[in-house]
Amino acid sequence: MRPRLALESITKHYGSFVANDRVSLTVAPGEIHAVLGENGAGKSTLMKIIYGAIRADAGEIFWEGRQVSIPSPGAARELGIGMVYQHFSLFETVSVVDNIALVNEGRFDRPALAVRIRELGEHYGLPVDPQRLVHDLSVGERQRVEILRCLLQKPKLLILDEPTSVLTPQAIGRLFGVLRSLAAEGCSILYISHKLEEIRQLCDGATILRGGKVVGSVKPAAASAAELAGMMVGAAVAPVTRPPAVTGAPRLAVRGLSLQPADPFGTALRDIELAVHAGEVVGIAGVSGNGQAELLDALSGEVACAADRIMLDGVPVAHLGAGARRQRGLAFVPEERLGRGAVPGMSLVENALLTGHRAGLVRRGFIDADRAAGFANRIIEGFGVRCSGARAVAASLSGGNLQKFIVGRERSLDPTVLIVSQPTWGVDVAAAAFLRQSFIDLSRQGAAVLVISEELEELLEICDRIAVLFRGRLSQALPREAISIDRLGLLMTGVDATAAVA
Amino acid sequence: MNGMYFERRAVPSRVMGLAAPVLALLAMMLCAVPMLRLAGLDPVATLRVYFLEPLSTGNGISEWLLKANPLILIGLGLTVGYRANVWNIGAEGMYTIGAILAATLALRFADGVHHWLLPAMMLAGMLGGMAWAAIPAFLKTRLNTSEILVSLMLTYVAQLLLSWLVNGPMQDPQGLNYPQTALFSESATFSPLVPGMRVNASIFITLGAVALTWLLLERSFLGFQLKVSGAAPAAARYAGFAQARLTWISLLVSGAAAGLAGMFEAAGPLGQLSPVISPGYGFAAIIVAFIGRLRPIGVVFGGLLLSLLYLGGEAAQMTLNVPAALSRSFQGLLLFCLLAADVLVEYRIRVRA
Repeated sequence: MRPRLALESITKHYGSFVANDRVSLTVAPGEIHAVLGENGAGKSTLMKIIYGAIRADAGEIFWEGRQVSIPSPGAARELGIGMVYQHFSLFETVSVVDNIALVNEGRFDRPALAVRIRELGEHYGLPVDPQRLVHDLSVGERQRVEILRCLLQKPKLLILDEPTSVLTPQAIGRLFGVLRSLAAEGCSILYISHKLEEIRQLCDGATILRGGKVVGSVKPAAASAAELAGMMVGAAVAPVTRPPAVTGAPRLAVRGLSLQPADPFGTALRDIELAVHAGEVVGIAGVSGNGQAELLDALSGEVACAADRIMLDGVPVAHLGAGARRQRGLAFVPEERLGRGAVPGMSLVENALLTGHRAGLVRRGFIDADRAAGFANRIIEGFGVRCSGARAVAASLSGGNLQKFIVGRERSLDPTVLIVSQPTWGVDVAAAAFLRQSFIDLSRQGAAVLVISEELEELLEICDRIAVLFRGRLSQALPREAISIDRLGLLMTGVDATAAVA
Repeated sequence: MNGMYFERRAVPSRVMGLAAPVLALLAMMLCAVPMLRLAGLDPVATLRVYFLEPLSTGNGISEWLLKANPLILIGLGLTVGYRANVWNIGAEGMYTIGAILAATLALRFADGVHHWLLPAMMLAGMLGGMAWAAIPAFLKTRLNTSEILVSLMLTYVAQLLLSWLVNGPMQDPQGLNYPQTALFSESATFSPLVPGMRVNASIFITLGAVALTWLLLERSFLGFQLKVSGAAPAAARYAGFAQARLTWISLLVSGAAAGLAGMFEAAGPLGQLSPVISPGYGFAAIIVAFIGRLRPIGVVFGGLLLSLLYLGGEAAQMTLNVPAALSRSFQGLLLFCLLAADVLVEYRIRVRA
């Protein structure tokens, strides 16, 4: 059969950096084809080339046997290529139908479009009310809108970039159903992911990228997850070990915390109760947008509230700012690395100062440059941060290396309480394992560690207890041993909220 | 598709950061050519009058330094604020209030010899500028108003206040009803460094301010906090730096510098107050700060360049009969070219084959 899409020796340089090095792959009609690789392996660059968002330096693209050039996303759509980005591109303040009408080619006829959205949604099991405003939709529903927007163009090839990173386990199951029925109708699917189990379940073929090069083409169902991981990483990854927790007094305690969000589209926190004890790692699961950002702001001190709502080692601190709480032993690794956890244009030495200035790096109001450089170098060595040196600017590091640096900085302050948000988001497999292990080790030395993550596997791997945040309410934290991924998934959609205590 | 396009650099270019002002100056001169042609002037001769002739005499050098002095001082203060993303556009008003307060002291102690008077006037100038800067600082930290608008509008208030004072309460009783104050006494004015030339010892205070600003921005932890809050406000909040305090410091420092510059001008070349005490130093200093790449040493060069534009404008006006507005046009053109050249710091130009 003539392949729907064939790439021949696609190469793309960014300066001296080779993002794609002679990459070739083929996708048959109706095939679900995975592109597997770590962050920075060149997956996104390749997809943007196929979608016409960037142009390759060399190589050829064949569409249904015919050589084509794809100079723009518009040209890609004309060929029949649709793309669902990892980060949605919807206008929050207008309705679903308006969002779709804005990009839909052809006549601007909203009532007719609304009917088509409804029909298409029912056909593929993607129900969405066309009149609802996007900011009222859950993340899963927003993704449906994105997919429907592509399907209206009757694509012959649909590209999905990390589509499950924001979904609950149940929603992932539903998405797979939709993708399979699309494939059965002949639509090809390019599925970008680093989640091995999903790819083994869903995909017919897989192309594995590492360092911009194709390192393997396999039938995922026939390979084990460990084999796929080995190809993706290029080396075996040491498993995380979690020795039994010996817990002490509560170091971080939250009592009846309710908070209205500053952001009009934010989530109000309702009556949050939480205790993290010395010696344990507690996880908070949940789909983003259920109050995680608001809870983190309140815990870190970036937003203050009534004093006795949050206690550090038994002392009320909720009225204090972030600096004062850090003075009392709190450290925090935020989800946003560039711009919050680190200043993009500043060197690693300066970024070490950002929160590390407490470690004797400032004397009489002046920065002790030697000590600051020493502090930064110790982080770089101790956490294996790959960079051109302590003078490299933060923005020049890969996501994973910057995260290692930020975690290293916060850990070097010997915190009594460490709060971490999405610790391994976009971090390569080996670095993720290293970071996870470092959280467990810190807790076993007597600190309280709180991890907020969307990745359930991660929480199950490192946490001693796990709670779920849903619509601003936090469930009771259940012991790791007493919890299953299905149970967590139900809690994440609020189904089991009242039964959680039982 | 053939043609040129911009490609984002992985890391902002340091070389381009330094080269951009030079490129901007060259681009400004190029843009000036058709403008001068339209005005019926020989571009080469005019540019020579602008950029070379003012520096050909000793007195020219003195005037060059004299005019660069307030530009550099104000530019230093603005640099501190701009690093912290606090956009004080109203240095002209702070300069004016500083001059008024210093003049009040000078006129109050007009008789006799007072060695303390000049230092006291400097203090008064700084306090005046800080008081004027405190208004946008208070409104921004309390009510989240834009310091850009508040400080700019306060400039006009300050200028009208000055106009009222020199026409009323501060007017020289023996001044034949001219809108100006009495001349300051010898104790209240800087004496010239070189007899017959106007440049005075206040330039050394400005040099001291360059060193202080450098220490603040490049060596102190406070300067680091200011830079972080400017470059990444969320990171400053995350680290627990007090945003309101940094806003106050930014505005007060720029107010003090502008106020002191106003005092320098009043107690220096002017020696009295009149309705117009500045050829727009407070606004030109914004360009100075940017030409100087928001670095203290750079501001010195920026101040010297803008001062030369002022001098060149005057020279061209006198020898070539060029309208005075041309100088302002060149200032604007320079900033315009600089902002355009700054694109090259973050992007490189590529040619599509």
